[in-house]
Amino acid sequence: MSKVRVLVGTRKGAFILSSDASRKKWTVDGPHFAGWEIYHLKGSPADPDRLYASQSSGWFGQVLQRSDDGGKSWSAAGNQFLYDGTPGTHKWYDGSDHPWEFKRVWHLEPSLDDPDKVYAGVEDAAFFQSTDGAKTWQELPGLREHPSAGEWAPGAGGMCLHTIVIDPTNADRIYIAISAAGVFRSDDTGKSWKPANKGLRSNTMPDEDSEVGHCVHRIAMHPSRPNTLFMQKHWDVLRTDDGAESWREVSGNLPTDFGFVIDVNANEPETVYVIPITSDSHHFVMDGKLRVYRSKTGGDDWEALTNGLPQENCYVNVLRDSMAVDTLDPSGIYFGTSGGQVYVSPDGGDNWDAIVHDLPAVLSVEVQTLK
Amino acid sequence: MIQVVLPRNLQILAGVGRVVEVQVDGAPTQRSVLDALEASHPALLGTMRDARTKRRRPMIRFFACEEDLSNESPDEPLPDEVVAGKEPLLIIGAIAGG
Repeated sequence: MSKVRVLVGTRKGAFILSSDASRKKWTVDGPHFAGWEIYHLKGSPADPDRLYASQSSGWFGQVLQRSDDGGKSWSAAGNQFLYDGTPGTHKWYDGSDHPWEFKRVWHLEPSLDDPDKVYAGVEDAAFFQSTDGAKTWQELPGLREHPSAGEWAPGAGGMCLHTIVIDPTNADRIYIAISAAGVFRSDDTGKSWKPANKGLRSNTMPDEDSEVGHCVHRIAMHPSRPNTLFMQKHWDVLRTDDGAESWREVSGNLPTDFGFVIDVNANEPETVYVIPITSDSHHFVMDGKLRVYRSKTGGDDWEALTNGLPQENCYVNVLRDSMAVDTLDPSGIYFGTSGGQVYVSPDGGDNWDAIVHDLPAVLSVEVQTLK
Repeated sequence: MIQVVLPRNLQILAGVGRVVEVQVDGAPTQRSVLDALEASHPALLGTMRDARTKRRRPMIRFFACEEDLSNESPDEPLPDEVVAGKEPLLIIGAIAGG
């Protein structure tokens, strides 16, 4: 009998939510690492009991945790994220040059076939890998040494590498996204990178279609169509069908195209989910209503999903790493809010229920579908 | 033996109680005590001071004998009472927030 394990990172610890395939009754385990910010947890596709967690604190810095038993026990792994060589500068909020400084790990992406190999996206933006189960970390400096890097600047949340997507048909091909530099693609397992932002327009920059500088919030891929990716940008929802050589806007009839999360139904590669957020100055859902929007046409045509979600007096946000999909049929959709709710739809978005109501503010949600 | 008192979060991280005893060769200093502490409890590496520069993290403080040693040179000898094991070196997470 299949089951699901939902990994939730919050401002004050990690929680593990478990259910059978019905996704109706849940057990809640946690908090793990109570009091610490857990930006992200993720399991290895090659060994689902191997979990990695990014644990950080303004007081005590970065800690990396590893579990070999599905989150029952954890041990501190390596936390030395040292930039290769002497890092240079990037732009600061005021346009001045600012030295590259490590702050935290935003995102962990385990290899698809090796439980000991894991990538990390960090702030200030850089791409690290471990090949020994997170004992040691090495920067792959080609990204940070890209000729455009001196012009990258932080978004409001910091200059973070927050998204890593591995092509399941070609492990050499990796996509990453940085706020606020944009998408980059590597075709040599992270050694070298090229910007992949053609088609993006951002009116917060003097050159609206600049090669870099876009505040990309999230990109998502369906594994059966590795050349198609969907993007939630600061403003605008976009897609590419040529491996990010070019993007086109598919915001269509969304009530606002600002948002953070985007994901793709595990069984329907053209069914996409976003959660529109009012604006960049109003980081909460519109009109007091929590609505997931679903497109079954790969964008442009969107429908509001509301059944089971609060439709009055709701003013939560949903951050970029806080949506996930399971691979059951029908696919389950999950997201977590700044108000500490984690919602599940066991039927692809038609109906929703809160698994938990009162966790600390949610930073990330991942789900594992287990045999 | 030098007695070091850790904040609660670091006790949990290192899997130790409130007080950790460390042995230091030569005249104990902040640096040598922290070196010994990190060597015996690797999970603490980087949590009290920067892993590369070894500078104190901004929101960590070092107290002993009712004195704030945070801005002393890390190579200054620790107070005699700490060296004698009569007083602990306190590692504190600074108060911050509302």
